[in-house]
Amino acid sequence: MSMLAVSSLAKRYHRGGKPFAAVDDVSFEIGPAETLALAGPSGSGKSTIARLVLRLTEPDAGRIAFEGADFLALSGAALRARRARLQMVFQDPLAAFNPRATVARVLDDPLRIHNIASRAERPRRIAALLERVGLDANLATRAVHEISGGQRQRVAIARAIATQPSLIVLDEAVSALDVSVRGQILELLLDLQRQERIAYLFISHDLGVIRAVAHRVIILDAGRIAESGDARAVIADPQSAIGKALVAATPRLTRNRP
Amino acid sequence: MNRLRRFLRTPEAVAGAIILALLVVMALAAPLLFPGDPQAIAGPALLPPFQAWSLPLGTDRLGRDVLAELFHGARTSLAVGLAAAAAALLIGTVVGTLAGFAGGLADEVLMRITDAFQTVPGFLLALAFVSIVGPSLGVVVAAIALSGWTGPARVARAEVLSIRERDYVAGARVIGMHPLEIAFREVLPNALPPVLALSSVIVAAAILTEAALSFLGLGDPNRVTWGGMIAEGRTVLRTAPFLSIVPGVALVLTVLGVYLTGEGVVEGTAVRRSLS
Amino acid sequence: MTALLSISDLSVRYRRDGVEVPALKGISLDVLAGERLAIIGESGSGKSTLALAVAGLLARGAKIGGRVDWFLPASAGAKAPLSVLPDISPSRGEIGSSAAGSLLATSKIGEGGDRQLISPLEGEMSGRTEGGATERLLLMPGGNTPRLGGDIGFVFQDPSSSLDPVMPVGKQIAEVARTHLNLSWPQAYAKAATLLERVRLPDPDTALRAYPHQLSGGQKQRVAVAAAIAAGPKLLIADEATSALDTIVQAEIVSLIRRLVSEDGMTMLFISHDIALAATLADRIAVLRHGELVEFGETGQILNAPRHAYTRSLLAAHLGLEAEPLLDRQGASA
Repeated sequence: MSMLAVSSLAKRYHRGGKPFAAVDDVSFEIGPAETLALAGPSGSGKSTIARLVLRLTEPDAGRIAFEGADFLALSGAALRARRARLQMVFQDPLAAFNPRATVARVLDDPLRIHNIASRAERPRRIAALLERVGLDANLATRAVHEISGGQRQRVAIARAIATQPSLIVLDEAVSALDVSVRGQILELLLDLQRQERIAYLFISHDLGVIRAVAHRVIILDAGRIAESGDARAVIADPQSAIGKALVAATPRLTRNRP
Repeated sequence: MNRLRRFLRTPEAVAGAIILALLVVMALAAPLLFPGDPQAIAGPALLPPFQAWSLPLGTDRLGRDVLAELFHGARTSLAVGLAAAAAALLIGTVVGTLAGFAGGLADEVLMRITDAFQTVPGFLLALAFVSIVGPSLGVVVAAIALSGWTGPARVARAEVLSIRERDYVAGARVIGMHPLEIAFREVLPNALPPVLALSSVIVAAAILTEAALSFLGLGDPNRVTWGGMIAEGRTVLRTAPFLSIVPGVALVLTVLGVYLTGEGVVEGTAVRRSLS
Repeated sequence: MTALLSISDLSVRYRRDGVEVPALKGISLDVLAGERLAIIGESGSGKSTLALAVAGLLARGAKIGGRVDWFLPASAGAKAPLSVLPDISPSRGEIGSSAAGSLLATSKIGEGGDRQLISPLEGEMSGRTEGGATERLLLMPGGNTPRLGGDIGFVFQDPSSSLDPVMPVGKQIAEVARTHLNLSWPQAYAKAATLLERVRLPDPDTALRAYPHQLSGGQKQRVAVAAAIAAGPKLLIADEATSALDTIVQAEIVSLIRRLVSEDGMTMLFISHDIALAATLADRIAVLRHGELVEFGETGQILNAPRHAYTRSLLAAHLGLEAEPLLDRQGASA
């Protein structure tokens, strides 16, 4: 059973008067508790697919089925209600939060909007969410611009899991983090996946990160799927030209083991 | 704290703030210092300034106390100016935010309405409005607001257009927030700073418009206004120029104070922005 | 090998909201002539501050202690003989400028009077020195010190903001060549065309007239590299120059930089957060953390026998194409 099934998705943009296909005939499925990675150079359509799947941008063609229902048919209040199940974490958590917000407000919004907890109950739920992502509950009173990048990304994850989603889109969610923080955030994501059976659409340009956390990978080139398959198999032996180029370009630590 | 300190460091801002503070004190003290009707006759007509202790700025054509009129006029000028500017900013920000955030047809319609208002000279519009509805304080405020909201609307729309593409707006959509809540709770507060930077210009313009309306006899007849005082003095401009000069100077100082304070505030926040 | 520049006990502090924040704490290291040195560290490590300090680009409010001494050939940096500058506070360091061929210069370099000892940061500002003196000392007096653009080429992270958006890229490169090599405009443009060819921009003649927004991110960074090397600098500093690019373009820019540095015999300072990327390019690696130099050594030694625990943790955190996936580690522990 697939959680998300995308078929023949297409999106065109106009650049300098000329139309170009940002996403062209893309189809894929994600199962429960599965991580599907989208890899590719910049301009390959990774982020556009994320926006289409989240209904932040409307596709020109194609179908999106989410949890067995036609996701593109929803609008208005029905769409907003269904959004609880499909969440997102952005690359830059500072840009992803209202610059005036506190941590508490960032986490209060989803609980309030989806009637998950009463007003009196919400502070306790916020504290629990913060603890779930490995943060001190006292952080709730701080402004989002006062906390560190790693803490901020944990808050972004807490916000994403607040509505108990079945799928989270992670758009370069660890790319801006320091390597030492990155490992911890990836561990947290994997832990949440195991505990809550959350599926991830994991967008990254970094094959090393994809190989570490993804089950399957799709390699995109100019809006089309160049190849796809088991993440480790594809990265170990890419068949497409773009796949080969991506693997060749990934920096390696060539340590001479004694 | 820091902002205040930076504000106080610019001498123009301090001068502006002092002028405004004096005006506010004048407006607040008017009913205490001059408890009676400022339009009542207080002495001989056309008494020049500095002649009598009880009437330091002299009297007008009808023997009314010019100083009392000046103080009560400050009340009207400030009240009308601030109320009209606040109304203009409010209307402008709401229209601009809705147009910028909704886009499409709503944007088209709202902006064409804005165009329509902007193509008619604002003062003419206010003049026509007051002539039709009849002069009273509320009508004058509405008339001035009607002629002044288009500027803030355009600035707010431009700011909203850039803010609505930011990640946090997409994030608010992803968590299922209602579009109106996104527009007014997430986007509008962050679009305000450049709109507020306009506020000193708008307050100053509102005060001048009010004075002009009163000068033409379209102010609230039951209140003393500086514009009305200038109009009064006009008929005896040769023999008693002080009757026009005193309220005129008050008007100039008020507008100057508003501008200087506004500049200081903008500069203070600009420094803060470039640091962060 | 001889040193191109010597950094001794360099400290930098910034004022932020009235509080002094240390960015660098007593860094000492020599950059050898002709080497490729990588400075790596995470955010807040001070790696970019170090790059800016070497280039003399620190913000005016920064407080600087210690010194940076340059050993440039007489023909390159200085036009006039240096005069000995007044020594402001000998107890806290010395003024690093001295007359050409002076004892200090020759003894330090050990090669003779054709080189000069130059210090762009002839300061040693500890907190005890107040006010304007700090700022004055940040300025690089013209002619006596390495000139940014002339002797130092600097490539920033984001070419979109380092290039002028309203000037054709050819003119931006030609301007550098004209300023530092005393060329006429036609000569400078010819030089710019050659440079665009050297950085492998497709169709360099058209590119000469292109504006930055007409180029892709990778192409813009190639232009920025061309501008940085236009005057034939001794030292090329790349500050996270590939971080904003995708993996494939990053690899292209790194190989471009590697080729240019070896062709022109430039010394290279490569600032990066990515230890694996730095290792593909550098002869030596300096590891910074919280403004301190925690480890400094040959690339092979850093990778194979790191001495400091922090270096080991950076290496362990690298997710390469050979590492054991986190997915498996999790599965095993579950």
